[in-house]
Amino acid sequence: MHPIFTSIAIAGPETVLTLGSLAALMLGTFSAKGKALTVTSLFAVAILALAGFTLLDAPAGMTRAFDGLYVADDFSAFLKVIILAASAASVLLALPWLHESGAGRFEYPVLMLLATLGMTIMVSANDLLTLYVGLELAALPSYVLAAFHRQDDRSAEAGLKYFVLGALASGILLYGVTLIYGFSGSTQLDVIAGVVSGQTERSVGLLFGIVFILAGLAFKVSAVPFHMWTPDVYEGAPTPVAAFFSAAPKAAALGLLARVMIVAFPGNIAADWQQILIFIAIASMVLGAVAAVAQTNIKRLLAYSSIANIGFALVGLTPGTPAGISALLFYVTVYVAMTLGSFLVVLQLRRPDGSPVESMADFAGLSKTQPKLAAALAIFMFSLAGIPPLLGFWPKFAVFQAAIASGLIALALIGFVASVIAAFYYLRLIKIMYFDEPAVSLATEGSAVNGTMIAACALFCSPIGMLAISPLVAATARAAAALFPA
Amino acid sequence: MIGLTHYLAVSAALFVLGVFGIFLNRRNIIIILMSLELILLAVNINLVAFSAFLHQVHGQIFAMFVLTVAAGEAAIGLAILVIYFRGRGTVAVDQADLMKG
Repeated sequence: MHPIFTSIAIAGPETVLTLGSLAALMLGTFSAKGKALTVTSLFAVAILALAGFTLLDAPAGMTRAFDGLYVADDFSAFLKVIILAASAASVLLALPWLHESGAGRFEYPVLMLLATLGMTIMVSANDLLTLYVGLELAALPSYVLAAFHRQDDRSAEAGLKYFVLGALASGILLYGVTLIYGFSGSTQLDVIAGVVSGQTERSVGLLFGIVFILAGLAFKVSAVPFHMWTPDVYEGAPTPVAAFFSAAPKAAALGLLARVMIVAFPGNIAADWQQILIFIAIASMVLGAVAAVAQTNIKRLLAYSSIANIGFALVGLTPGTPAGISALLFYVTVYVAMTLGSFLVVLQLRRPDGSPVESMADFAGLSKTQPKLAAALAIFMFSLAGIPPLLGFWPKFAVFQAAIASGLIALALIGFVASVIAAFYYLRLIKIMYFDEPAVSLATEGSAVNGTMIAACALFCSPIGMLAISPLVAATARAAAALFPA
Repeated sequence: MIGLTHYLAVSAALFVLGVFGIFLNRRNIIIILMSLELILLAVNINLVAFSAFLHQVHGQIFAMFVLTVAAGEAAIGLAILVIYFRGRGTVAVDQADLMKG
């Protein structure tokens, strides 16, 4: 068999997603006007599930494809499962909103599929070229998705801001890529690692390259100081799109960041990027916690919450140890469930006049008008705040443990303080829901699919989710081990 | 003799011009799009210069990819700009303030 076919077979999920997104476009174009959106969305979910199935019969260990441009290992497989699941949930949860808002065009699931394709390429990238192509493939559909509700001025402005800052971040990242290529002579991550570890004195060019790459990727994961776009885009973009942005792309970008730093820059140079990551992690945790206190818009609050959570996840990456990467993956898994659940509840609620809920004051007395949704949101908030025995506590514990084990005690302490500050605004929302008098009585949108997804996320984040810890930790440990050559 | 450093200097200058063009410009979003192209062109000069210096073809192939993606990016950027202009009737940077921040 020609090697290209072997490579295509190894890149199973990407192949399915590529062909599937083209087929979805055709399906949407040629199906009856009223049904196109529903049909295409269900088809997209089926494609995402099929891509997940191709992961099942992937060979164990590391397989390289396309001359080392692409790599399939346990690390990429683990993150792909999360990305595909989060994307499938994001396609489904958008359906009621799309039907209601008048922005329901079938391109929505197609763009989701293309963005997901980009993300799967990102986590499998073993070359700076694949990294760039995957990143852009994930970013370009996202710009369009942010501006998807084009009659709404805020959505268009969110799309514009996201585009300008996103393109700037890719430019900065790309400049770093050229420097690394020039000063190491290769774009392949493991070859760069060989050159880097062979150097006796530190190369300033490579260091600049790392700084630029970290800046570009920090933008993609919305870490401080490149977080400015996050609250604006979350607020302006349609709520289902904000839910999507907060889950799958974060997992993909964190995976990419981990792979680039661990695989390409091990050894002596690791101390240099660790310093930068320590700063980024501390700044994200502290700013995410402090700036959220003053927010009155629930989507902006969740945006700052996601900035803070990315900071905690980066604490896991900072030590650069297998235990740290394992904790990072654990954190990402739980974070995706918590953030999708919170956005689902926001999406499910309606003001009496049918308009979506945005202000936190609207949540007053939710426990009396919508006790089930209030209980679910309370679980997500307690879990995001990291209060035991809810599931959100355990990944926080794991990242701090990994940091302390590597001697980064100050980092763990600051993270602990930031998480106490952050608990204030999570608990404030719970106080508004349970102890304030209802101002408006909120109705639910009544989608059974979204209701089931909320219940599933809430169950996962509740103490019952602790049953999932041991299989999850085993899987993350295996995935993390794939990044470190035995 | 023009060497690698000259190319790198030109590219760095273009890159800095592009970044400043985005942050210092308060008038027109189209100028931001032009600045973004300038950044990508700086990247391409870097890639081709390194590729020639290292006697490798990788950098030039990378430059082709960057050109292609830049075309797609410009298309999407202009499309978003058009729907923004339709809604607001302006492309001034300081008018883009519906959301604080």
